[in-house]
Parts: sequence; structure tokens; C-alpha cells
Amino acid sequence: MSRKETSGTARCGENIYKDDGEILRRFLHMRDRYSLPWSMVTPRSVYLNRRRLLASLLAVPGLAVAGQKLENVRKSGYGQGEKLTPYDAVTGYNNFYEFGTGKEDPARNAKNFRTRPWTLRVDGEVLKPRTFDIDEVLRLAPLEERIYRHRCVEGWSMVVPWIGFPLAELLKRVEPNSNAKFVAFESYYDPRQMPQAAWAGIPFPYVEGLRLDEAMHPLTLLVCGLYGEVLPNQNGAPLRLIVPWKYGFKGIKSIVRIRLVKSQPPTTWNLANSREYGFYSNVNPQVDHPRWSQARERRIGEFFKRDTLLFNGYGNEVARLYEGMDLRKYY
Amino acid sequence: MHAQAERRARREFVIHCALFFLISLPFIALLAGVSQGSLGANPVEKVTRETGQWTLRLLLATLAVTPLRRWLGAPWLIRYRRTLGLAAFFYGSLHLLTYVWLDQFFDWGSMGRDILKRRFITAGMLSFAAMVPLAATSTRGWIIRLGGKRWQRLHRLVYLAAAAGVVHFWWLVKSDIREPALYAAILAALLLARLMKWGQTPNSPFLAARAGPLSKSS
Repeated sequence: MSRKETSGTARCGENIYKDDGEILRRFLHMRDRYSLPWSMVTPRSVYLNRRRLLASLLAVPGLAVAGQKLENVRKSGYGQGEKLTPYDAVTGYNNFYEFGTGKEDPARNAKNFRTRPWTLRVDGEVLKPRTFDIDEVLRLAPLEERIYRHRCVEGWSMVVPWIGFPLAELLKRVEPNSNAKFVAFESYYDPRQMPQAAWAGIPFPYVEGLRLDEAMHPLTLLVCGLYGEVLPNQNGAPLRLIVPWKYGFKGIKSIVRIRLVKSQPPTTWNLANSREYGFYSNVNPQVDHPRWSQARERRIGEFFKRDTLLFNGYGNEVARLYEGMDLRKYY
Repeated sequence: MHAQAERRARREFVIHCALFFLISLPFIALLAGVSQGSLGANPVEKVTRETGQWTLRLLLATLAVTPLRRWLGAPWLIRYRRTLGLAAFFYGSLHLLTYVWLDQFFDWGSMGRDILKRRFITAGMLSFAAMVPLAATSTRGWIIRLGGKRWQRLHRLVYLAAAAGVVHFWWLVKSDIREPALYAAILAALLLARLMKWGQTPNSPFLAARAGPLSKSS
């Protein structure tokens, strides 16, 4: 329950009853509830069936523990012809500052990270704000595998077979209203489970944001797995974002809250250093990071560097989102 | 007397061999890592990091010799300073070579722009440039040719090399400044030790400046 207290999904003092009087009234009613007619009693077979059903739900492979295989994953056409980055590199070379700033730290320090129970709050400018249980989220839409290029702002890249579904599928469920212009994301943060975070030099909880049209774009993925299995903790379990035409840090990990909002939300790296990290952070070889060139990248596993592509090579799909915008100004 | 000198020379040789072995260990480890492919997902980054860090560590070790001689009452430590300094230069050269070759692939235009535009690269280049004349004039022959005083003045460039090296590291990290801060603290302590010594000894440059040209010859 400590998760719930810190994740902002059920805040302290947020009572489900209107007032103390209601608690008393409900308590008095309970006396009546003891005297139910036999017609109301659940038949034993149904009761046992329900148990079996619950047990089978819990046993759905891959929905609980990192490393488990994910079943019923549809393949997709993305990333044809790309050579996959080896599993060990994808899961052993990570930036997840809550678990330490070294690339090998997250794999080591996130080993015992608790990803159940887990809830995802989706609210803000929506008609149907909701708190989802994570396993409910994972059943919202059919899972599909998408092989995407992943470009880090630091100048390296990977090719990863992610598993998930478009973020739009989730956002449609809560029905954004006409005020919703941006989407704000928030990571889980618990200093007890993430003691290394104190040294990271950036504020937590990690927050990110997208414009609503970016968030609704079919390429934008909510990810719960990779390489055919449940997302390893160091990669942002149980649920993370992948926006393949933006630098990797936009892909917020271990999401607990998604809010639809009127104006551009704050983002963590921009808060930490606004000169170096903007809100949009689209992959762009023409716009250098102040401290290094973004013209080229080292694909993990390759010796020579390769040219970085505008929008990470997804320009055909996403360039129209930025028509008429000065990408140097909105970096 | 002769036998004693011989024993001392032998001991010095053994210590030198041990020191040489110790400071080549990181290099051997890197070579082994490259040949076994055990340098992780991004070997080039790893080599760059390791060589850079060993350059800094050895630079600080070189700067630690003078204060340690005093504190430990071990003036003989001076005999190993050149080895430490040259080792720093060796790792610095590897570090630069990694950048020139494995990062930039000899794209001189891009490197030129980097040096002008990116201040952390400017600082790194400055640090290396300051080490070059020190390595070149490290031999006994050069000390004689330049004369002790002039040689010593030239070799004060080591302060520039170390300071620019620490700044280079500081400006490179994204947000976690613990490591560069540690190097900076050690460098500050080593410089402070010198200031305190200068304040005490008669041939301090401060005192010399105050007392006029006469006291300079000591």
C-alpha cells in the first residue's frame, strides 16, 4: 500500500465517504446486510468458478513478472530490415536515473523494484477520468510488437522490438475534452526503492509531456514488453512511453499518472537544463546539443558511426505535425 | 659505501618496476576487454571514459608527490614523479586518440568545430596541450639544457593540465557531478597544500616578491 500513498493515485485524506456521518450511516445499514434471504446467496459452483477465474487471470503469462513471455502478440511491419540490438545491450545499457546514473546501474539496482500492485491514474481535461489497475491497462488493446529505432540524446542508438499498443487507445477511453491540448506524464518515485535517485542531479518524480496530436499519433506507443517478454524493470516496467522520432528521454518510464492539460506541461530535463533540453526534443541532425553534435550516432554494436536521420527516420509519418515550425527554436 | 649505493639503486629499480606494472594495469585491462569483447554495450564510450579517468588520476598522483614528500618525510618519492607524469601523458594520449579515431574517425573539420564550439572539448584539448611540453622535456638532458629554474617554471604547466582536465570532466557530465566534484576536491587540497608550504618556507614566491630580488637566489 505504500506505493499508493506516494504515487499520487490515492492521496492521504482523500476519503471515499463524504463525511463522518455517512460512515456512521453505512455502518448502521450493515446490520441489515447480515440478514440476507437465501436467494441472495451465491451458489457454491459459481463461487468456485469465480475463484478459478481469478486464479486464471493471475496466471495469465507475462502479466506479472519481468522476464515472463508475453502471449498473443501481433507482429507488425515496423522496422523491417533493421538489425535488432542484442537483448543484453537493450537490458544492460540503460538511462534510468532513479536507479543510478551509470549505464549499468539500472539493471543492478532495479532488480527488486516492485511493479505490482500498480495503478495508473488518467485524468485532467477528460470526460471520464479513471484509475486503472495495471493489468487492466495491459488488456485495453491487442498487444503488438513494433521494431523501432531508439536514439538517445547522448549520441547512441539501438533497434528494439517493443511490445505495447498505441497510447491513443488509452486516451480515447477517457475521452479528452476540447480543453485538452497537451498530455503530461509522471513516473513513479519512491526514494526508499530508489535510493540512488538522490545523487542523480535532476528533480523527481520524472515528468514528461507531449502535444495532444503527438500523443495521439499512431507511432506513439505505450510499452509493456520487449523481445517477446514482460518489460524488464530497468527498461521502465511496468509501463513506459516510446516516441520513436524523439530523443529517448521523452520515453518516460514506470508511468503512474497521465494528465490531459490545457498548456505545455513541465518536463524533467528541461527543468534541469533548459538550454540543452527543450520540450519537443525531436531527433534532428541539424540542431546540435550545445555540448555535442547530433549529426551522427553510434548504433550500439557497430564500430563506425552512422548519420542521424531527421525525426529518426520517421519523417514520412510525423513531419506534418511540425509544418511551419522553426525546429531550431522549438528544439 | 659502494655496496650501499648499489643496494639503493637495486631497490629503486624494483620499486620502479612495480610502479610501472601498476600503472600499466588499467591499460592491460582495457586491452583484455577489447580482445574478449567484455567492455559492455558501448566499448568506445568505455575506453574513452577509462583512459580519461586514468589521465586525471595520474595527474593528481603526480601533483601529490611534492606534498607527500614533506608529510611522509620521504624525499626519495621525487624519483618516481616523472614516471607518474609520463603515465598521465600516456593515458591522455590514448584518450585523445580514442576521440580522434574512434569517435571522430579523423574528421579534422568536425574536430576543429568541436574544439571551438564545445567548451568541454576546448578544456580537454587545453589540458592535453599543456602536457605535451612537459612530456617532451621530461628527460635529464632537457633539465640541464633548460636549467633547473626555467625547467621548473615550464613544468608549472602541470597545474593548468590538471585544472583544465577536471573542468573538462565537470563540463562533460549531464547532471550527476559527484565524480568530477571528487577530483576537483582532491586537486583543491593538493593546491592548498602548496599554498600553505609557500607561506612557511623562506624561498616562497610570495616572500620572494615581497623581499625583492636579493632573496631570490637561494
